[in-house]
Amino acid sequence: MKSQHAAPFILAIRRDLLLAARHKTEIVTALFFFVIVVNLLPLGIGPDADLLRKIAPGALWIGALLATLLGLQRLFAPDHADGTLEQMALSPQSFTLLVAGKIVAHWLVSGLPVVLIAPVLGLQFDLPGRSLGLLMLSLLLGTPILSLIGAVGAALTLGVRGGGALLSLLILPLYIPALIFGAGAVEADLAGLGAEGHLSLLGAVLVVSLFFAPWASTLALRVALE
Amino acid sequence: MSHSLVNWFKYASPASFYPLAGRLIPYFASAAAVLGAIGLWIGLLFAPTDAQQGEGYRIIFVHVPASWMSMFVYCIMAFWSALGLAFKTRLSGMMTAALAPTGALFAFLSLWTGALWGKPMWGAWWVWDARLTSQLILFFLYLGFIALQSAIDDPRRADKAGALLALVGVINVPIIYFSVQWWNTLHQGASVSMTKAPSMAHTMLAGMLVMALAFWAYTIAIALMRVRCIMLERELSSEWVKRNATE
Amino acid sequence: MQWNNWNDFLHMGGYAVYVWGSFGACALGMLLEPWLLKRRRHAILARLSGQENVQ
Repeated sequence: MKSQHAAPFILAIRRDLLLAARHKTEIVTALFFFVIVVNLLPLGIGPDADLLRKIAPGALWIGALLATLLGLQRLFAPDHADGTLEQMALSPQSFTLLVAGKIVAHWLVSGLPVVLIAPVLGLQFDLPGRSLGLLMLSLLLGTPILSLIGAVGAALTLGVRGGGALLSLLILPLYIPALIFGAGAVEADLAGLGAEGHLSLLGAVLVVSLFFAPWASTLALRVALE
Repeated sequence: MSHSLVNWFKYASPASFYPLAGRLIPYFASAAAVLGAIGLWIGLLFAPTDAQQGEGYRIIFVHVPASWMSMFVYCIMAFWSALGLAFKTRLSGMMTAALAPTGALFAFLSLWTGALWGKPMWGAWWVWDARLTSQLILFFLYLGFIALQSAIDDPRRADKAGALLALVGVINVPIIYFSVQWWNTLHQGASVSMTKAPSMAHTMLAGMLVMALAFWAYTIAIALMRVRCIMLERELSSEWVKRNATE
Repeated sequence: MQWNNWNDFLHMGGYAVYVWGSFGACALGMLLEPWLLKRRRHAILARLSGQENVQ
C-alpha cells in the first residue's frame, strides 16, 4: 500500500534521472562551473594560504549556490514546453509527489556532485581534514535546501520573460540562511568553536523547506499552467 | 454579522472599491500632510539636541518611521496575498501590487538615511550590522516581487505568483533576520555594535510617533492612488471604467 | 524652539550634509511618487477619452 502511494514520487525521480543521463553534458557543465568559479577566487585574491583557509567555506558555499542556479531553469521548463507537465498536473496521481520527485532528482544531479567534489576543492584552499568532513556534511544538509527553495522560484518564473535572471533575483535572497548556517558551520569549527549549533539550525531550515517547498512549488506550477 | 460580511465582499469588487478609494484619498493625503508638518516641527525645531550625537540624531525622525513602514508594508502585502489566495478576490492582488513600490521606496530610504546616519556616528557609510543587513535583504525581496510581477503579462497569473512569493518571503523574513543576527554574533570583530538609540526624551518619542503616523497615512493614500490606476489599466474596456472615467 | 537664527538651523551643528541629505531624500521620494502616480492616472484618462472619441 505504502509503495503505491510513493509510486509517482519514485517514477518522477527515475524519469528525470534517465533524462539527465541522456544529457550528461549538462551535469558536467554545472559541476565544472562550480570548480572554475571556486578556483577563480584565489586567482583574484592571491595565494596567501591563511587568507584562503579563512574564505574557503564561504567561497565553496557561494560556488554551490551559483551552480545550483544553473540547473534550476531546466527543472520544469522542458516538461512545460512539451506538455508533459500539464499531463502530470491533470493525472490522478498526486502532483505534489511528482514535483517532489523532480526536486529530488534535481538534487541528485546538481547537488550531490557538488557535495562529492567539495573536499577536493577544500584541499586547494588548505582546509584541514576535519573541516573537509564538516564541509561535506554542511553541503549535504544544505544543497537540498537550495534545490527545494529553487524549485519554488523555478515554478514561479516558468515561461516568464527573462526567466533566468529573474529566478536568481527571486531566490538568492532566500538562500541567505542556508549560506550563513552552512558556511558558518565550517568557519566556527575552524575558529575552534563547536559547529553543532550551525548544523542543527541548517537541519531545521531543511525540515521547514522540505515541508513547504514542494507544496508551494506545486501551487506555483498550477498558477503557471492555468 | 452576515450583514457586515456582505458589505465587505461588496467592496471587494473593483467597480465599487474604485469610487470608495477615490473618496478616501483626500482624507489620508491631508492627514499625511498635517501629521508630517507637525512631526517635522517637533523633530527639526522643537526636540532638544542630543547629548551624545548632537544634531545628527535628528535623522531618527525619518529613519525609524521609514524602517518600520518598510517592514509593515511587507506584512500587509502578505496579509492581502493570503486573503487573495484563500478567497480569490481580485482586489487583494491589486492591493498587493499597489503596496510593493511604496514598501521598496521605504526600504531604500531606510538604507539611505541609515548610511547618512552611520557615517558621522560610526565613521562608515555601511557596517555589516544585523539590522542593516536584514533591511538590505528586505529591499532585495521587494525588488524580486516587483520584477516578478512586471515580468508576467497576464494580471491574474501575476497576482497569484506575486501572492505566493510574498508568502514565501514572509515565512523567510524571520529566518533571515535570525540567521543574520547569528552571523553577526559569530563575526564579532568585523562589526561595530549599533550605538543605542539616544535615551528617548518624551519630545523625541512623540516626534517619531507622529512621523510614523504621517508615513502610515502617506502609504495608505499612495496605495489607494496606485490601486485606482491599476484598476483602470486592467479593466480599460469594462463598462464601469467608462462611467467613472470622467469623475 | 532650539534655534537662534536661520543659519544655525541650516548648519545643524555641523551635521548639515547628513541631516539634510536624509530629510531631502525622503522628501524627494515622497513627493516624486505621488507626482508620478498623478501622471500615470492622467495618461490612462487621456487614453480613455481617446477611445471614446474613436467610438
